[in-house]
Amino acid sequence: CGSDNLINCMTGCLLHGRYHEMAPNIVPMDYTKDPDVKLPIQLIINMPELKENPFKERIVEAFSEDGDGNLSFNDFVDMFSVLSEMAPRELKAIYAFKIYDFNTDNFICKSDLEKTLNKLTREELTAEEITLVCEKVIEEADMDGDGKLAFADFENMISKAPDFLRYKNCLKNYQMFFLYIFCSSWKDDGLAKC
Amino acid sequence: RNRRAQRKQAGNEDSDSDGESCKNKKNRANQISKQQEPDEDEEEDNKGGRKGRGKNETKQEKKPDEKGKKEKDNKKKKDKKKKGSSSSDSDSEEEPITEEELAKLKEEVEEKKKLIATLRNKPWQMKKKLDVLKEAQLFVEKFEGALGKGKGKKFYAYKVMMTKKWMKFQRDFENFKTACIPWEMKIKEIESKAVVHIYILYFWLLVFCFEQLSTFIILWLQVLMGKPYGTLPRKTVPRAEERTAMNFATLWDFSGLAQYSVLFYGYYNNQRTIGWLKFRMPLSYFLVGVGTIAYSYMVVIRTMARNANEEGGGDDTSFNFSWKMFTSWDYLIGNPETADNKFASITTSFKEAIVEEQENRKEENIHLTRFLRVLANFLALCTLAGSGYLIYFVVRRSQKFALEGLDNYGWWERNEVNMVMSLLGMFCPTLFDVISSLENYHPRIALRWQLGRIFALFLGNLYTFIIALMDEINLKLEEEKIVKYNMTIWEASLYNGTIPENATAPPIQVDPADVPRGPCWETMVGQEFVRLTISDTMTTYITIIVGDFLRAVFVRFFNYCWCWDLEYGFPSYSEFDISGNVLGLIFNQGMIWMGSFYAPGLPAINVFRLHTSMYLQCWAVMCCNVPHERVFKASRSNNFYMAMLLFILFLSTLPAVYTIVSIPPSFDCGPFSGKIRMFEVISETLENDFPSWFGKVFSYASNPGLILPFILLMVLSIYYLNATSKTYKEANLDLKKKLQSVRMP
Repeated sequence: CGSDNLINCMTGCLLHGRYHEMAPNIVPMDYTKDPDVKLPIQLIINMPELKENPFKERIVEAFSEDGDGNLSFNDFVDMFSVLSEMAPRELKAIYAFKIYDFNTDNFICKSDLEKTLNKLTREELTAEEITLVCEKVIEEADMDGDGKLAFADFENMISKAPDFLRYKNCLKNYQMFFLYIFCSSWKDDGLAKC
Repeated sequence: RNRRAQRKQAGNEDSDSDGESCKNKKNRANQISKQQEPDEDEEEDNKGGRKGRGKNETKQEKKPDEKGKKEKDNKKKKDKKKKGSSSSDSDSEEEPITEEELAKLKEEVEEKKKLIATLRNKPWQMKKKLDVLKEAQLFVEKFEGALGKGKGKKFYAYKVMMTKKWMKFQRDFENFKTACIPWEMKIKEIESKAVVHIYILYFWLLVFCFEQLSTFIILWLQVLMGKPYGTLPRKTVPRAEERTAMNFATLWDFSGLAQYSVLFYGYYNNQRTIGWLKFRMPLSYFLVGVGTIAYSYMVVIRTMARNANEEGGGDDTSFNFSWKMFTSWDYLIGNPETADNKFASITTSFKEAIVEEQENRKEENIHLTRFLRVLANFLALCTLAGSGYLIYFVVRRSQKFALEGLDNYGWWERNEVNMVMSLLGMFCPTLFDVISSLENYHPRIALRWQLGRIFALFLGNLYTFIIALMDEINLKLEEEKIVKYNMTIWEASLYNGTIPENATAPPIQVDPADVPRGPCWETMVGQEFVRLTISDTMTTYITIIVGDFLRAVFVRFFNYCWCWDLEYGFPSYSEFDISGNVLGLIFNQGMIWMGSFYAPGLPAINVFRLHTSMYLQCWAVMCCNVPHERVFKASRSNNFYMAMLLFILFLSTLPAVYTIVSIPPSFDCGPFSGKIRMFEVISETLENDFPSWFGKVFSYASNPGLILPFILLMVLSIYYLNATSKTYKEANLDLKKKLQSVRMP
């Protein structure tokens, strides 16, 4: 591997190591045969990076293929790469929208906002305060006046937020890369250049 | 057809020459190439020469498919494979490549490259990205080879290779630059405790960079090439001071041996060239001094411009609640205690915002608020005036002490000025904080008022200090005349009347330590600044240790046996004081800028101080501070801090420039000794080192008749640029409004 790929190789091995150690009996070390292995959501939300996050279930569900939270290794890598520092803002916005959309109807409606707020404050606000906040959010961000936030509204609002990209919505140290690396027969210089 | 045959060749060549390919890759590659060729066959037959474009379009249709349609994609690929396998090897006729086809092929290759570059931005599943990437990469590799065959193959291949190497180099350089940022890991550690601190740490980095420049060049050159210590009178400790030259007290005061070292202006010789390289020391001293200031201006303004771009249009509070809801959680938190703190602070912030919103819907008592604000401003002004007078008083007193001889007084009298300035800097900001609670402003606005007042305080102090220095400089200049007179007498006494006056005589060897020395006002100025910096540093350390660490220890251990809850009431743990620390940094930098011309060693001392302060602060933040209760966006203040830095830069260069231009340098110390004004070194260089026509051109160019119109032109262009930027901003806002109204049906 070249120097760039060396970082990718190492990160790839690290991630695979993490994935494997959660369920050593199920996850194989050798990925040449492209095995169809998925880890259940319960294991993943217990990872130290996600454990304290109030949105951990939603995060895992957003990256799973069928929305139920079971991640294959590719999905696992996807999750870390989007959450990393190197991911571009647009990509983060897309996934952030998915995460906050609790009922997966492609809109963030009032009930989604209420759930988000309850998770953020651990249900310490009164019902009146919750209603006030949700109304204010819709008032501020809803452009097309339908009483809920479409992706365009969300993106418009989040792109102006100064804190969104920097160091907050990201997890430690996992760089963005495309994987072929964790198993020797997949090593390929040219293809890993991205 | 020729192309297809060549492509196959190129494809095979690539896979053969690639030393690392394994069976898997080869097979897949061949599969895909077989897959691509028949597609091109079809398109060629149908669309006459539009090579891979058809395939490209089908690819683009595939893109918006979501995860569930991946199976459809695979099926499509299999279908294509089946179709294509029959006609893959049928044709082998030759065909020349036309210019048109070549250009189109190039276009497609570029498109594929763009796809590869933007692939990471697509919200697809990993598997899909991998497949698309592989296809695109193979396409690019094959066709790049093929494109080369024809005219200018070698050149094209070479160009491609150079582009690749250049991109790799750029990537490595970025990695290297990131690795070089000192403290990057430390910054990330701290983030999880309180995100807002990051901006302070960035500041350290920025300031750090300024320093590196000026010191090391001159210092090392002088040390390497100049005459060593003890060879010249200006480089030696005078006989009278020799006894105490190495005492710690003297060294701490930066007199004695430290005074006659590379650290200060006085050490440098005024010899025009030194060493075997004929290095022009005085000229370089002058140019480096002026150059670093110019560079600092450039860096500050460039950073401001960059920050201004990022801020963009739009106002602060338009998405208050939305941002609180969606961006307040810190994803770096992994510690349960920190998480608890974070939940609490988020809840508090929501409650505050709710209360504010509810109050906004009520009416407020304007008159009372206005009265309170006027009162607060009055009190602040009183404080400022008081501190200014105090410093003036203290400086006058220290001059009196100096006249009567400093040995009669103890440590406090000798360091009175520095201590008073540091103490004022410690206590007045707290006072301003108390006053600002009367005003009832929004936290960000209150922060700005606070910063403005502290700024005025420091400025007043600094300028009083400088005026006092000016008085001392004048005193020293007077002293110089006396010393000059005494020196002629002393020289005459050496010859002891053996040789009549007005005749040349062989110089008598005198030990450099015995030569009577003129007072060196430049070194004195340098010393004052160095002392000020050191006392500032000490104050900072003591504040951190006492104010943060000891306070935390006290609260933690005495909480068990105290009447009220120390942790939640007074004094509680300290928060990280952003404004105080940032201002302290900015002022420290201002002092360095002011003093570095006269004490070239000062930036080196500052680098050391920044490093130690940084680690001390980091440690204090991690162990003694609690996160802020109010979470407001300090990032918007970034440009505000840079604007202050710029202002300070301007103000600190004024005194230095004034002294360079209007005060004569000392006659026996420093690189400009003997000249009437310091900047004469430039005209001297122009006369001696450049051809004569250069000097003429320069003298024409520096004619006021030319310079004044030039200045006028610059003022006009500033006005013009300002006007155009205003119109652009207005046009921007108009467009935004239109966009909003278009969105609403």
